[in-house]
Amino acid sequence: MTGVLPIALEESRKIVQALLLSGKEYVCVMKLHREAEEKQVKKTLEEFEGTIYQRPPLRAAVKRRLRTRRIYCIDFLEMDGRNVLFKVGCEAGTYIRKLCFDIGEVMGCAAHMQELRRTRAGPFAENGDMVTLHDVAYWFMEWQQQKDENILRKFIQPMEKALVLVPKVYVRDSAVDAVCHGANLTAPGVLSVETEIGKGLTVAVLTLKGEVVALAKATASTEDILNMEHGVVAEAKRVLMRRGTYLKCWKSGEV
Amino acid sequence: MPRTAPPWETKRKLLVKAEDKTDPRYGHKPEERPAEEYMKYGVINLDKPAGPTSHEVAAWVKRILKLQHVGHGGTLEA
Repeated sequence: MTGVLPIALEESRKIVQALLLSGKEYVCVMKLHREAEEKQVKKTLEEFEGTIYQRPPLRAAVKRRLRTRRIYCIDFLEMDGRNVLFKVGCEAGTYIRKLCFDIGEVMGCAAHMQELRRTRAGPFAENGDMVTLHDVAYWFMEWQQQKDENILRKFIQPMEKALVLVPKVYVRDSAVDAVCHGANLTAPGVLSVETEIGKGLTVAVLTLKGEVVALAKATASTEDILNMEHGVVAEAKRVLMRRGTYLKCWKSGEV
Repeated sequence: MPRTAPPWETKRKLLVKAEDKTDPRYGHKPEERPAEEYMKYGVINLDKPAGPTSHEVAAWVKRILKLQHVGHGGTLEA
């Protein structure tokens, strides 16, 4: 299986949680065990759009109990004999191998997954910033020889890239170090908020420079946050920025 | 069942609550972090080759870049 595999380096490992839960997109070759009409294949694929039940396969990393997964879209691409090429956008934790098997069951001819390529994992897609292991080895060697920072930027993205799809809250410089120390984010520290934030949703707390400070759990909605004058708006869950990056602006008990 | 827009197509708007400036003496724009920090706070959009497992590939990246720790986002089964 090939395709998009985001690799988080050192400190940025803390954001993989956000990636694991994000939607995925695959291009898949499914092999039918008997000849079938293109019309029937298309119709069956369409039936799998929406919410499906799926029991994880025998070889799986999770408990094998029936669960539901959202299939956002399935697009038939082409068919050659018994090979069917399709594209599927789905919720995290959908097993495509199982999806193919189930499609085969519904069609009555049985089928299995032949090839799979992931074309998207959350904000990471098959595009210009995707690199191969060879690229990584080559550019890293170039960087070691030339010490030109632009070379690093050719194959490494800032971790903020991984949070493009996470709703954001921008805060004042004065609130940053408190959040770095695990404090909850309160209303006066907030400068701007993205729409459609709801209570309990994971949000990214950012500085005006666009650096991520922490991942937090919102305790108020976008509308509430805009109207609040005091009180907690988000609880810090995962702190990403190193303490002391910004000036400490809160009073402590000791003198 | 109807098709639904995948989450990566969601567009959000930014609503301003208050205005302020940021002090250039502290922190860096993500794309302007100094090299060492840039790596430590970096992610690679890797095209996984066929064959090795996601864990093996992550371990190779760790070795190539001479890092202590790396993690990968979502196993792509071998």
